[in-house]
Amino acid sequence: MAKVFIYPTTSLILSDLVARFGHTPLSAALQIREHIQSPGLESPPLQITPEDPKRGLKWAAVEVPSGVRGRMSLYGPMIDQAEAAIIIHDADFSFGCMGCARTNELIQFLLRKSGIPVLDLRYPRTEEEGIEFVAAIKKFLEELGGGGA
Amino acid sequence: MTEYHPKYTNTVTKYVFVESPEMTPGDLAIRTYEISQGVMIKETCFGLQITGNEDDVNAIIDHLRKFDPAHIFVKDRGFPPGDSRRCRANLGGARPGYFGHEFEISISRFISKGLEELPKRPIGSVPKPPVPAGSDKLDAKKIQKIIESVET
Repeated sequence: MAKVFIYPTTSLILSDLVARFGHTPLSAALQIREHIQSPGLESPPLQITPEDPKRGLKWAAVEVPSGVRGRMSLYGPMIDQAEAAIIIHDADFSFGCMGCARTNELIQFLLRKSGIPVLDLRYPRTEEEGIEFVAAIKKFLEELGGGGA
Repeated sequence: MTEYHPKYTNTVTKYVFVESPEMTPGDLAIRTYEISQGVMIKETCFGLQITGNEDDVNAIIDHLRKFDPAHIFVKDRGFPPGDSRRCRANLGGARPGYFGHEFEISISRFISKGLEELPKRPIGSVPKPPVPAGSDKLDAKKIQKIIESVET
């Protein structure tokens, strides 16, 4: 069972397919859950505290805005754990502020730099593309080995 | 700053979406109540949110998937249902994350079709997935070759 980083990190389709084919999807929800289930000082809405931008220094330089470093404290540990990644490139809903945009670029850069297998896709627009989309993800995950389905 | 005492510690919350011609979110909820001992269930317009011990939640989801495997989709959620930091009852407007779900559910029929057709594909066939269009910008490796050819 491999740990597979999914991008967009909130993707329902990728999260479901990776789990369905027997691997562990690394999605944003896991890190958010860890943050909001850890006791400490109240810092709504996501329990991102001043400590998080400091942790983010592991993945982003000190001159990078704290918004990017704070986000990287969520995604960075998952990038380190990831054994493979699936990236969907035309996810318009992952559009956000400059912090989101730069974090999205940095995530993709770090994934490629880490040398793990990466599958690049775009969302299917027809049934035929849907069939190929699912088959490609299944084949990619099978090649990682250790899947349960 | 005030101290933060988290609720529902050591639990997981999962979304269960159903987009099926044969099963409604109401049907899904009834099937879940039949076997849901000790977990919290929140019915929604698209399916359910299930909160509880990880093993219990996974066992329920494995059971639910059997009813309509190609049309039931599951993902993790960070917050428990009704959390005032996320619930639209407190915030107003759409819940953060709603637009992503709305978009992906709109194309889930293509994924369902893919899941249904998967067993029919010949063994060893090479998939041709939709890939992103290449960038019009000059490739970095190409420009490096040009620089080296000019320098030598």
